[in-house]
Amino acid sequence: MTFEIAGYQLLPVLPELLLLTGGMVLLMIGAYGGQRTTGLVTVLAVLLLGATGAAVLMLPAGRLETFGGSFVLDDFARFMKVLALGGSAITLILSREFLSEPSRRIFEFAVLVVLSSAGMMVLISAGDLIMVYLGLELMSLALYVVAASNREDPKSNEAGMKYFVLGALSSGMLLYGASLVYGFTGTVSFTGIAAAAKDGSVGLVFGLVFLLAGLCFKVSAVPFHMWTPDVYEGAPTPVTAFFASAPKVAGVAVFVRVVLTAFPDVLQQWQQIVVFVAIASMALGSFAAIGQKNIKRLMAYSAIAHIGFALVGLSAGTAEGAQGVLVYIAIYVVMTLGAFSVILAMRRNGQAIEQISDFAGLSRTNPQLAFFFGMLMFSLAGIPPLAGFFAKFYVFVAAVKAGLIALAVIGVITSVVGAYYYLAIVKVMYFDPPKTAVDPVRFEVGGVVAAAGLLNLLFFVYPAPLISAAGVAAKSLF
Amino acid sequence: MTLPDLFFYLYAGVCIASAVMVIVARNPVHAVLFLILVFVNSAGLFMLMGAEFLALILVIVYVGAVAVLFLFVIMMLDIDFKQLRQGFLRYLPFGLTVGVVFLAELLLLAGGWVVRPSVAKNVTAPIPTDVGNTEALGLVLYTTYIHYFQIAGVVLLVSMIGAIVLTMRHRSSVKRQNIAAQNARSPETAIAVRKVTSGQGLREQDSAEWVQ
Repeated sequence: MTFEIAGYQLLPVLPELLLLTGGMVLLMIGAYGGQRTTGLVTVLAVLLLGATGAAVLMLPAGRLETFGGSFVLDDFARFMKVLALGGSAITLILSREFLSEPSRRIFEFAVLVVLSSAGMMVLISAGDLIMVYLGLELMSLALYVVAASNREDPKSNEAGMKYFVLGALSSGMLLYGASLVYGFTGTVSFTGIAAAAKDGSVGLVFGLVFLLAGLCFKVSAVPFHMWTPDVYEGAPTPVTAFFASAPKVAGVAVFVRVVLTAFPDVLQQWQQIVVFVAIASMALGSFAAIGQKNIKRLMAYSAIAHIGFALVGLSAGTAEGAQGVLVYIAIYVVMTLGAFSVILAMRRNGQAIEQISDFAGLSRTNPQLAFFFGMLMFSLAGIPPLAGFFAKFYVFVAAVKAGLIALAVIGVITSVVGAYYYLAIVKVMYFDPPKTAVDPVRFEVGGVVAAAGLLNLLFFVYPAPLISAAGVAAKSLF
Repeated sequence: MTLPDLFFYLYAGVCIASAVMVIVARNPVHAVLFLILVFVNSAGLFMLMGAEFLALILVIVYVGAVAVLFLFVIMMLDIDFKQLRQGFLRYLPFGLTVGVVFLAELLLLAGGWVVRPSVAKNVTAPIPTDVGNTEALGLVLYTTYIHYFQIAGVVLLVSMIGAIVLTMRHRSSVKRQNIAAQNARSPETAIAVRKVTSGQGLREQDSAEWVQ
C-alpha cells in the first residue's frame, strides 16, 4: 500500500492526520447541531485524543522521518506526544462542568483544544525551524482563544488579551532568532544547523539567544515569565489546568529537541543561558510565591519554579539529563493536573473559591479532598517518597554528574524555600478552624483528584516503567 | 552608479525616512499613512531584487488590507495620544541611557566580528532564472512544502474559529431570518381577506392577526 503525498510518506503523520480530521468532523457536528451538542462534542474529543495517543503508540518502532526530515517521529516524540495528549484529554474531562452552564455552552472549546493538541504534536515532532514556528502558532492561537473563553468575565478577557499580545512578541523574537540562524547556517533543518554550527559563529549564537528567548516564553521561564500569574489567575480554572499541562509538555519538548539536536556542538554557549534561566526561574518561582493569597497565582509561580527544575536537567546536556527532564515533566503534569482538579472541586454554594484562606479546615469538611491535596502539595515540594521527590532527584543527579554542582545546590536550596508555601497550604487545611462546608465534588473531578493523588503516592512502588520509557526516549535524541 | 543602484538608494532612503516618521508623527493617521509609504518602498526594493511576487503581495496584503485595517481601528478607537505621550520627556534620560548602551554593545560586536566568507555561499535556494517568480513558488508550494502549507491552513482555521467564538453572541431578542419558515408560507397563512366596512376601517385585533 502506498500511502503518500507529493512523494512523502504519510505513515509517520497518521496520528496528526487522524486528530486534525477528527477535529474538523467535531467542528461540523457542533456547527450543525448547535450548542446542544457541546457535551457530545467534548466526549467525542476525549475519545479522539485517546485514539490519537493509541495511534502514536501503534506506529512501527524506531525513528520515522517524513517531509524531507522536517517531521521526526522518534521515541522522544512518542513519549512527549502521549503525555501531551493525555494532558489535553484530562483537561477536557475537567472542563465538563465549566461548559455545562447555559451561557458557556461553547462546543468550540473542545475543538480548539483538539486543534491546539495537533499543534503540540507538530511541535514535538518538528525537525526544522519552520515546523517549530507553525506548530507553535497553531498551539498558541487556540490557547489565546480558550483563555478568553469565559466572555462574561473581564478577567478572562484580560488574560486572553495579555497572553495574545505577549505571545505575539515572543513569536516575533523566535522568528528573529530563526532568521538569524538561517542566515548564518543556510539551512532550517536541525541536522543541517548542527553540521553548520560545528565551528560556531557569533551570529549563530545571537540567533540561538533569540530562539531560546521565544521558547522560554512558551514554557514561562524567567525572565519571560511575567504573563504567567495574570493569565493563570484570569483564565477559567479548567483552562489554567490545560495551560499548566499539555502546552508545557510541548514547550519543554521543543526546547530540549532544539538545543540537543540542532546545537549539540555549541553546548558551552547554550549551557550558560539554560543555567541562568534555570536558576532565575527556581529562585523567582520559590520566593515570589510566598506572598500569594490566590491559589491559582500561587500555582503559576510554582509552575515557573518547576520549569526551572526541569531545565536543570537539560543544562547537563547529557542523555541522563534529558531523561531527568522527561521524568520531571511527566510527574509534574500528573501533579499539576491533580492540584488544579482540587482547585476546580473547591466550590461553596455553587461559587468557585480561589483564596488560600478558603481552604481552612478542609480536613474536617472534606477529609478525602484535603488528604489528596496535601499529598499533591508534599509531592510538589519534593518530599520523599512521593513522586515529586524522584523527579527532582533525577535532574539534580544529572546536573551533579555533568559537573554543575553549584546549580544543583541552588536547586536544592530553592526547593526548600518552595516547600514553605506548599506546607503552609497543608497547615491551613489541617490546623485552621474550618469554614462552612464545600459543595460535594463532581464525579469526574473527584476521579482525576484520586487518580493523580494515588499515582503520586504509589509511584515509588513501581517507578520502572516511567524511568525506562524516559531513558529510551532520551537516548533517541543522541 | 547605475540606474538600479540609484533606485535602491531612493527606495531605501524614503523607506528609512518614513519609518522614522511613523514613530515621530503627531497624528496617528499620518503615522499609518507613513507606514503605507514604508510598505510601498519595501515593495520597490523587492522588485529591484527580482522578487516581483513578494513585491506585489506586499502591496496587496499589507497596503491593501493590513494598513487599511489599522487606519480603521485608529479612527474608531479614539485613543488620546497626547496622554500616551505624557511620560515621554520624563523617561527620556532612561531611554537614552539604555539606547546608548545597546548601541555601544552592537558597535563592539560589529567591530570584532568577521563574517566568514563561506556565509555568502549560504544561499541554498538560488533564484531560478528560467521560470518566473510566481511560477517558481507555485512549483514548490504544493509539492515540496505541502506540509507547511497545510499546517498554515489549519492555523487560519483556528483563527477563524477563534474570531467567531470570541465575538458571536446569541441574543434572544434579535430576530433572525428563517428561510424554511418563509418558504413554507402559503397564501392561506400569509394573506387574510377582510371585508372593510366603509368609514370604519379594520379593527385593531384584525390587523394584529394579519401581521402574525
